[in-house]
Amino acid sequence: MSKLELQNVGLTVNLGTDEEKEILKSTNLELNDSDFVTLLGTNGAGKSTLLNLINGSLSPTTGKIILDDEDITALSEVKRAKYISQVFQDPKMGTAPRMTVAENLLLATKRGEKRGLHLRGLDKNLAIFSRETSKLPNGLNQRLHTFVENLSGGQRQTLSFLMATIKRPKLLLLDEHTAALDPKTSHELLELTDHVVRQQHLTCIMITHQLKDALKYGNRTIILNSGRIVLDVKGEEKQRLTENDILKYFTD
Amino acid sequence: MTLVISTIGQGLLWGILALGLYLSFRILNFPDMTVEGTFPFGAAVCVTALIHGASPLLATLFSFIAGMITGAVTGLLYTKGRIPILLAGILTMTGVYSVNLRILGKANVGLLNHATLLTNAFFNKLPANFPTIILGLIFAIVIVVLLSLFLNTDLGQAFIATGDNEKMARSLGINTDNMKILGLMVSNGLIGLAGGLLAQNGGYADVNMGIGTMVIGLAAIIIGEVVYGNLSLTGRLVAVVIGSILYRLVLLLVLQLGFSTNDFKLISAIILAICLMLPLFQEKFNVRKLLKRGVKKP
Repeated sequence: MSKLELQNVGLTVNLGTDEEKEILKSTNLELNDSDFVTLLGTNGAGKSTLLNLINGSLSPTTGKIILDDEDITALSEVKRAKYISQVFQDPKMGTAPRMTVAENLLLATKRGEKRGLHLRGLDKNLAIFSRETSKLPNGLNQRLHTFVENLSGGQRQTLSFLMATIKRPKLLLLDEHTAALDPKTSHELLELTDHVVRQQHLTCIMITHQLKDALKYGNRTIILNSGRIVLDVKGEEKQRLTENDILKYFTD
Repeated sequence: MTLVISTIGQGLLWGILALGLYLSFRILNFPDMTVEGTFPFGAAVCVTALIHGASPLLATLFSFIAGMITGAVTGLLYTKGRIPILLAGILTMTGVYSVNLRILGKANVGLLNHATLLTNAFFNKLPANFPTIILGLIFAIVIVVLLSLFLNTDLGQAFIATGDNEKMARSLGINTDNMKILGLMVSNGLIGLAGGLLAQNGGYADVNMGIGTMVIGLAAIIIGEVVYGNLSLTGRLVAVVIGSILYRLVLLLVLQLGFSTNDFKLISAIILAICLMLPLFQEKFNVRKLLKRGVKKP
C-alpha cells in the first residue's frame, strides 16, 4: 500500500496569458511507507514546486494528492500540518527568533492540533526536551532557555529538524535543509537526519544539490528535469547509480 | 504634588492604550493606524451610553466591544481583503471618524453630571485625583494579569509565533489569519477601553481626541523598553505601563518649563523620535569606545 500518491499532478501558472508556463508536467508518483527519497534536479526543474504542492502552499492545476488513502488535495497548508512536517533551507524560516528553544519545541509538539486557552505547560515538557536535545550534536540541551535569535545557524537548523520530528509526521519534507550550513555542520545534520529517518521509519523526501549526498542517503532517488520525473530508482538499482549517471539526466 | 498625582493617574489610563498597542506593534509587528480611530470610538460609545442612562460599568464594557469591532474590521481588510496593514488601518480610522460624529451628534459632547466609574460613594470620599489612580491601577493590574495569562496559553503562544515567524507558524498548523484578527481585536478592544476610561476621567468625548494617540502609545512602549531593557513577557507588560507614566511625567516637566498644552503633539513627536534614535546614539557615542580612543591617542 502506498503512503503518498500523486495522480496526474501538474501546475501551470499564469493560465490564459502570454506568460503561461507549465512548471510541473502531469506527474504520477507513489511513495511507499518509510521510503527515504533524495530529490535532485537543476534550478527551476520543479523540485521546490513539487514539495510545495505536497505541503499545500501551492495548489495543483490538475490531479490529486493522496496521503494514507485520504485525498488531501483540497486541504490548506495549515490543515496538512497535522500530517506533514517540513524543514526549510533558510535556518531563519523554521524557528521563531524571539521565543526560546523550549518554547519553539513546545509549539512543535502541538503541530496541527487545535490550540485553545489552556496554559501551555512548558515546565512539564522540559524533561522531554532536555532528553531529546541531548541526543543532538551542538549542545542545544544547555540552551533550552536561550532565545533562538542568539543561536548559530547550525543550532537553529538542528532545532528546526528536531521540531519537525518531535511529533511523528506521516511525511517529512526537507528542502535543502543543510545547504546554508558549513560542511562540518551540514554533515552532522545529514547524519542525524539519516539516523532519525531510518530509526523511526519515517517517510521522507529530501531535496539536495549534492550528488554525493543523494547517492549516500535514502533508499530511492528521483531526478526532475524541466518539470518532469526523468529518473526514479530504488534499492539495488540506486546503489549502482554513479555521479556520472546522474549528470546525464541533468542535460536536456 | 497634586499635578504629579493627577499625572500618574493619567499615565495609568494611557498605559492601557499602550498595552493594546504593544500587542499589535510589538508582538504582531503591525503598524496599526486603527488606534487613532478606535480611541475616540471607545470614548464616543462610552459617553453616549452614559448619557442614555447606561451604568458606568456597562458603558465601559461597550467601549471595549467598540474597539474590538474596529480591530476586527482592520483585521478582515488585511487578511481576507489583502489590503496592506498600514492602509487597512488608515481606512478603518478614516471611516470610523464619521461613525463617531454620528454617535456623538456633534464634535464634542460633555458628560455634565452623569455618573461615571469615578463618581461612586467610595471615590467621592477620597481627595481629588486619587480615584483616577485607583481606577487606573485596578484596570492596569487586571489587564496585565489577564494578558500575561493569555500569552502563556497554547493560543497565546500561537499568537506570538504568528508575529515572530509567520511561515513557521503556518507550517506548524497555526491559522495565522485568525491569529492576526484575534490580535487586532484584543489590541483595539484595549484601546477602545482606554478611550472610554479617559473620556470618563476627562468628562467628555471629542471626535478629534484620537490624533496623536499612536505616538503616545509608542512612546510609552519605547520608554518602558529603554528604561527596563530585557525582561520576561510579564515584565515587559509592566514596563509598558510604567513607561506610560514616565512619559506623562516628562510631558508635565515640559509643561512646567513654560510650554502650553498646544505644544503637546510636537513635544510628543520629538520625545518619541529621540527615544527611537537612542540605540543609534548609544552606538555612535559609545562611552567605552570613547575612553579607548582616549587611551590610544595621548
